[in-house]
Amino acid sequence: MKALVAVKRVVDYNVKVRVKADQTGVDLTNVKMSINPFCEIAVEEAVRLKEKGVVTEIVVVSVGPAAAQEQIRSAMALGADRSILVQTDDAVGSLGVAKILKGIVDAEQPQIILLGKQAIDDDNNQTGQMLAALMGVGQGTFASEVVVEGTTMKVTREIDGGLQTVALPLPAIVTTDLRLNEPRYAALPNIMKARKKPLDTKTPADYGVDTTPKVKTLKVTPPAERKAGIKVKSVDELLDKLKNEAKVI
Amino acid sequence: MSILVYAEHDNASLKSATLNVITAAQQIGGDIHVLVAGQNCQAAATAAAAIPGVAKVLLADNAAYAHQLAENISLLVADLGKGYSHILAAATTTGKNFLPRVAALLDVGMMSDITKVISADTFERPIYAGNAIATVQTSEAIKVATVRTTGFDAAPATGGSAAVETIAEAKDAGKSSFVSEELAKSDRPELTAARIVVSGGRGMQNGDNFNTVLAPLVDKLGAAMGASRAAVDAGFVPNDLQVGQTGKIVAPELYVAVGISGAIQHLAGMKDSKVIVAINKDPEAPIATVADYFLEGDLFQVVPELTSKL
Ligand SMILES: Cc1cc2nc3c(=O)[nH]c(=O)nc-3n(C[C@H](O)[C@H](O)[C@H](O)COP(=O)(O)OP(=O)(O)OC[C@H]3O[C@@H](n4cnc5c(N)ncnc54)[C@H](O)[C@@H]3O)c2cc1C
Ligand SMILES: Nc1ncnc2c1ncn2[C@@H]1O[C@H](COP(=O)(O)O)[C@@H](O)[C@H]1O
Repeated sequence: MKALVAVKRVVDYNVKVRVKADQTGVDLTNVKMSINPFCEIAVEEAVRLKEKGVVTEIVVVSVGPAAAQEQIRSAMALGADRSILVQTDDAVGSLGVAKILKGIVDAEQPQIILLGKQAIDDDNNQTGQMLAALMGVGQGTFASEVVVEGTTMKVTREIDGGLQTVALPLPAIVTTDLRLNEPRYAALPNIMKARKKPLDTKTPADYGVDTTPKVKTLKVTPPAERKAGIKVKSVDELLDKLKNEAKVI
Repeated sequence: MSILVYAEHDNASLKSATLNVITAAQQIGGDIHVLVAGQNCQAAATAAAAIPGVAKVLLADNAAYAHQLAENISLLVADLGKGYSHILAAATTTGKNFLPRVAALLDVGMMSDITKVISADTFERPIYAGNAIATVQTSEAIKVATVRTTGFDAAPATGGSAAVETIAEAKDAGKSSFVSEELAKSDRPELTAARIVVSGGRGMQNGDNFNTVLAPLVDKLGAAMGASRAAVDAGFVPNDLQVGQTGKIVAPELYVAVGISGAIQHLAGMKDSKVIVAINKDPEAPIATVADYFLEGDLFQVVPELTSKL
């Protein structure tokens, strides 16, 4: 069976972003960009399913600028077989991305569709659920374990109270949580091979999707700064401060 | 305007997160209806009806809604939601699971984790792990959002007397089934609602130390226990304790970070706490940039001393 994995190009998780002075967004000039960590986990899971013989082909898709080719190539270096870049410079919202992915699903007919649980730029945590609704299929969100048994998939989900396991008939959606797996490092020969793997370029219009978002960002501002605190020298001083200054205990 | 609030509950009782969502709904303004969907959830509906300001409670009590399966709940909420100007749910793993499905079924974009109501169509929400705050405006006819509970005070739980209306028709998508659940049992307060949170990080070294070194402090303070991702990944404690960008968001009166360096992703989950204490042997640890009180020292000496002097 075929697996489809959606990967997003985002600011690297180690970067502490700064808001632009004109409040139009965050400053991305010369900032390191990477594959969204949750998407990397999604790719790794697809590769493991392929290694287990469950999946036979892995298609990676990204919606974004031409530069997202870099992230697509790294996904192929991890083991994906081919890829589709739906190229646009617009900031496509989660619903727009889900609609584009629905178009790709219709064309590719994958049985397992893997996404990250959230993109660490917009922190939306929406796209996988939206795609599942558009497809009318089941979803295993925030997955920490995925087991495919014939035409059913069992997904263990990280929920606020602990863990929940659900069974979903295929095709179905998985969104990955951090503990699903630890992505491998791409070996150099695989990075070389990935350069030759097929990459198709499409546009949102190819899937009939209008990417103009109806949720508009009016401005982006820095968060309230905390005042720098003090160093206390002893447990006694700490207790004194908590009791008499902060009055929290 | 009328607002549909999805109640967070465990059938027997209403979760306090619902009360924070009610406050957000009141700030938007309009008639507030609360939907309680579950199985044998009459008690939760009764509790919802007692919240002052709630005009009506909708009770959907059916096996299809047991375990809050998103496939079924979303069909119900999308169907009911057509008549409302806003649909709100708490930004918990339940709300985050089903509400985007509702938005897609209604063909509207949604807003996750709103922390402030500017007007009926304009909201603030954190992006980039809270390193930036976006002001977003939606032109959708139905405004769908999850509400970050730390952004809104809890509404009073009692004093109201709304009517409870039963919804008989059940929506079963037939696309998922519940297999099992492993719920953490704890006598401690709930992490996201606790007045004091004490979290341990990789510096705790192992799970035993969480029990023998950290737990006595947690319990003496009547606090909830939290953890960094590193501590969860290493298996010291279960996943439901993780605080951060991708774990739980907490904003207690007092947050004590023990053996936690303060990575961006951890700070995202706790930097709105009123008072932050850090106990760390490294004076350069980034947690120092947000801590009101930073105590440099070995946690294995400091924590027992602190516990004994409380
Ligand atoms: C996509 C993504 C999402 C993430 N989401 C989260 C999240 O939600 N929550 C989260 O917490 N992390 C998250 N992380 C991980 C985060 O980047 C850090 O790796 C993690 O928070 C580090 O945990 P830590 O502070 O416990 O460990 P470390 O960074 O290893 O820090 C341990 C600290 O303990 C101190 N220490 C050690 N021994 C002692 C001692 N005896 N006495 C006193 N101090 C001591 C050290 O000085 C050090 O500062 C995420 C990462 C990614 C990539
Ligand atoms: N532009 C995009 N291109 C490809 N995949 C995306 C894109 N945006 C979101 N996704 C997928 O949806 C997941 C959740 O993203 P979000 O709902 O935006 O937080 C990501 O981890 C990706 O798997």
